[in-house]
Amino acid sequence: MGNPNVGKSVLFHRLTGVRVIASNYPGTTVGYTSGFMKLEGERVEVIDVPGTYTLEPTSQVEEIALKMLETGDVVINVVDATNLERNLYLTLQLLERDIPVIVALNMWDDTRHKGIHVDLDGLKKLLKVPVIPTVAVTGEGIKNLVEHIPQACSPAMPARTSNRRWSTIGKITGQIQVITHRHHTWRECLADASVKPLTGSLLALVILACSFFVVRFIGEGLIGYLLDPLFENLWAPVLLKLSSLLGGGGFLHSIVIGSVSGGEINFVESFGLLSSGLYVPLAMVLPYIIAFYLVLGLLEDTGYLPRLAILMDSAMHRMGLHGYAIIPTLLGLGCNVPAVLATRILESKREQFIAATLISIAIPCSALQAMIFGLVGGFGLQYVVIVYGTLFVVWVVLGIILNHSVKGFSPELLIEIPPYRLPQWRTVLQKLWLRVRGFLGEALPMFLGAILAINVLYTLGAFDAIASFTAPVITGILGLPKEAVTSLVIGFLRKDVAMGMLAPLSLTASQMVVGSVVLAMFFPCIATFVVLLRQLGVLNMLKATGIMIASALIVGGILNLIL
Amino acid sequence: MPDGKETTLILMQPGQSGVVVEIQGRRGMTHRLGALGIIPGKRITKVSSMFMRGPVTVLVDRAQVAIGYGMASRILIKLI
Repeated sequence: MGNPNVGKSVLFHRLTGVRVIASNYPGTTVGYTSGFMKLEGERVEVIDVPGTYTLEPTSQVEEIALKMLETGDVVINVVDATNLERNLYLTLQLLERDIPVIVALNMWDDTRHKGIHVDLDGLKKLLKVPVIPTVAVTGEGIKNLVEHIPQACSPAMPARTSNRRWSTIGKITGQIQVITHRHHTWRECLADASVKPLTGSLLALVILACSFFVVRFIGEGLIGYLLDPLFENLWAPVLLKLSSLLGGGGFLHSIVIGSVSGGEINFVESFGLLSSGLYVPLAMVLPYIIAFYLVLGLLEDTGYLPRLAILMDSAMHRMGLHGYAIIPTLLGLGCNVPAVLATRILESKREQFIAATLISIAIPCSALQAMIFGLVGGFGLQYVVIVYGTLFVVWVVLGIILNHSVKGFSPELLIEIPPYRLPQWRTVLQKLWLRVRGFLGEALPMFLGAILAINVLYTLGAFDAIASFTAPVITGILGLPKEAVTSLVIGFLRKDVAMGMLAPLSLTASQMVVGSVVLAMFFPCIATFVVLLRQLGVLNMLKATGIMIASALIVGGILNLIL
Repeated sequence: MPDGKETTLILMQPGQSGVVVEIQGRRGMTHRLGALGIIPGKRITKVSSMFMRGPVTVLVDRAQVAIGYGMASRILIKLI
């Protein structure tokens, strides 16, 4: 346990070998992860707990932390050695409880750079528990920490009032800590510049523009120079051979390979398990997932995101949110599932509802975005701009509407801003791998399942029945061919497959725009639906669903009229 | 103290330092601020404030903390 952003997740990884997402901003960990480590020959469970400043929770994340405390036998209290004044408050609260504690004085290496000298023995005597200096990112001191875990003890300090705790901390730091003055480093100058209005805005524009271009550059590069040639030159001949082996047609052929026309396979439109089933997730979506998460990982680890939150704060207030809601929103551009979970860092239920609803409506995940670029981009970049512009306007307008219609008020921004750190390649790449593996492990089977389902439903004629039933809405309001409804239905499984289903319908550019906007807004994919349901509860989920369907139809209808 | 003028975090100039005198808010707010070490008696330095009633960034001990405008306006500071 420990304050937010002191390196608990990194330490947890060091202890258990279990990989968890760790970043340089408070509130990265919003749930708990457990793993196992060997301690004196025994297998013991270790739990990575979300950060909290006190044992009196002020947000849902902190409530989780408190709940976890009650289940533990020993607490490893991770403390930021460069900021004892604040970190020791939680330590004192823990020491007042009847639970053994050991203190890991993390970021020990930073104390030297920052001109802070801590008297370790003195601190140990005052706290009456073992205190071990550690540097979790490099692994320094971890072995020593593990060896001392059995010596963790509970000094059962008398319960104090919060004022008494602060004055005790003042006495402790006065005795054991010496700070030598030193000059600002360039990182601190940059840190100050990024929260000043003018320089901060400029910096944000540059960083966001760079991020966008880097994502596109890497994504398109991977597709154009690696994956497309691979599929066209190596995989297509194999499939064509298999196609003739299967007799060039029939039910099995359509499931495995899909439609083949004129001796060529259209990887986007054929809809077979081995053709589109592999090409769309691996050659269209995966490159953008890699590119997006690489850039996001870098932004997370430098510590830039909380600064963006400050910049966005007054604008986000109009949407009933505060600036920190930009972090779940950015995560949503990768995948809506972790984004909805990340709304837990917001303090009130009201903010969580607004943020989660907005994310699931107006924030397209990277899989969907990759398909939008791939399919809508074929008509010209201006149409992609229309799709993004529309979703952005929806995000803002819907946010303002929700702010006025949802009862209650939203608390103000209050966050600690981490120092800038140079991201370490190892941790950035590990995190990227963790997320890409997540995509491959969860999305790929889902994707193949969806394609299978589509083929079976087609053969059974189920789509025709739905299509004629919903035709008035689909063709009447949205101006799409009635077959497009199959795509909307499949959108519930995965939105990238659903986008792929629009491809063979030979839509016009504006129909494609309407289709992708409606698909993005209409309904969350099943994975997002499940976390939304858990996060919001049934009643709010129903409300959110109503908003989704209504706004998708309204916006789709308007687009259909003006395009 | 030489110029012990009282002001709020909003009116303070970037670069100025002061001691927190009073936090005029409900328990919830003082509690959240307290968790970050912002309590009466604490010395803080203002780093910047964002335009359009954006948050104020301050330095407390060695950590930077961003405080929403409304909250910042209710934190009274004695300049030093």
